[in-house]
Amino acid sequence: MKFLNQAGAILWKDLLNEYRTRDALTSMLLFGLLVILTFHFAFEPDSLETQKFAPGLLWTTFIFAGLLGLNRAFASERENEALQGLLLAPVNWGAIFLGKMLANLLFMLLAETAILGCFAIFFNLSLGAKIGWLLLIVPLGTLGFASVGTILAAISMNTRMSDVMLPLLLLPVALPAAIGSVEATAAAFSDPPGAALAFWLKFLVVFDVIFITVPLLLFDFVLEE
Amino acid sequence: MRSLNWLLFPTLLLILISLYCIFIYAPTESSMGEVQRIFYFHVPSAWTGFLGIFLVFFCSILFLIKNDRAWDIRAAAAAEVGAIFTTMVLISGPLWAKPIWGIYWTWDAKLTSLFVLWLIYLGYLLLRRLLESPIQRARLSAVFGIIGAIDVPIVYMSNRWWRTQHPQPVMGGGESSGLEPSMLFTFLLSLTAFTFLFFLLWRMRCRIEESADRLEALHRELNTRLQEGK
Repeated sequence: MKFLNQAGAILWKDLLNEYRTRDALTSMLLFGLLVILTFHFAFEPDSLETQKFAPGLLWTTFIFAGLLGLNRAFASERENEALQGLLLAPVNWGAIFLGKMLANLLFMLLAETAILGCFAIFFNLSLGAKIGWLLLIVPLGTLGFASVGTILAAISMNTRMSDVMLPLLLLPVALPAAIGSVEATAAAFSDPPGAALAFWLKFLVVFDVIFITVPLLLFDFVLEE
Repeated sequence: MRSLNWLLFPTLLLILISLYCIFIYAPTESSMGEVQRIFYFHVPSAWTGFLGIFLVFFCSILFLIKNDRAWDIRAAAAAEVGAIFTTMVLISGPLWAKPIWGIYWTWDAKLTSLFVLWLIYLGYLLLRRLLESPIQRARLSAVFGIIGAIDVPIVYMSNRWWRTQHPQPVMGGGESSGLEPSMLFTFLLSLTAFTFLFFLLWRMRCRIEESADRLEALHRELNTRLQEGK
């Protein structure tokens, strides 16, 4: 219980920080709009093509927008040596990971909701009955990505080029999550939902469990000075 | 330091015998022709590529438990040698694929996971270069090494499952479908030779790093003595 309270405190701190600066959400959302704009002029998709490309394009946007948020996650802790204060606080370091991870997850989900809405409006994508499935797929796909992304962001913040390092480390590792999310979304978009949907949802759950457990076990080593 | 001759000479011998078997003893494959001989280099390189990431995983865990620089060196050396072999697979693969399949590349599960493995190796090695403090370098790269290694089988399985839903043109049988006995012998011999070569290069790379450490320690000692002398 104490562990969860501590994680909650870290999460609250990050939410408050984001509420006051709005750095991460603004950049993620603007990025999403830019992708939609570029996609329109690059492919000029008709409605059938939009249906076909939507799952892949949505997740590509989610992933790259998520990278922007993840890069902020620890960059903000470096300013004014905030990280030192965090490490000196009498909390379990696993709780720091969990709090940070939940904050990243929440920012990503908020940005993804907004991006999805814009996407539906700009490309006349009728989400209708698919919303229910997306409410399941998007959090499951984002959870594993946010979790492994949080520990890799904590690693890459120590390098000279942390903004470049994070995608280089994260994208290959997160590839299975990307495959699972795109496939599940594509199955949900087909009418009626494809049989593959249940399979890829289960796959995402397995990916999430592995990549929450492993970073939780290893996070202490990342913070150790 | 003990000499590495005990490993060097068996490796050289194995390589010479394998080369003889690959180019002279093994018969020419009937449908693919001479180009099929790439198989004897290609598949063992892939095996050593995966062996490398397994060693990175194993040595990284031991480093985090024991906090001993020797395991950090072993993990880093395994990654370097593994990266070289993986690069060889990515070069020899397309050379073989072009004349047989008519294309250099296909997003098959093995190819894709090898490509991702290669990216993980490069990420690991780049991370090591960009971390300045040696203690931090060892610890953070060990964490990434473990995460990356765990990811490799998941990437492979996800690609296999992805493939079952995206039919691809049939590209002939798998390379191990019914090997002729002399070919199987040559293949196994080559596999052994590559494994020995991997361990030889790995040990050599560890030696170089250990020597660099000792040289640095001597430098520091020399500097302190010079300053004391002044």
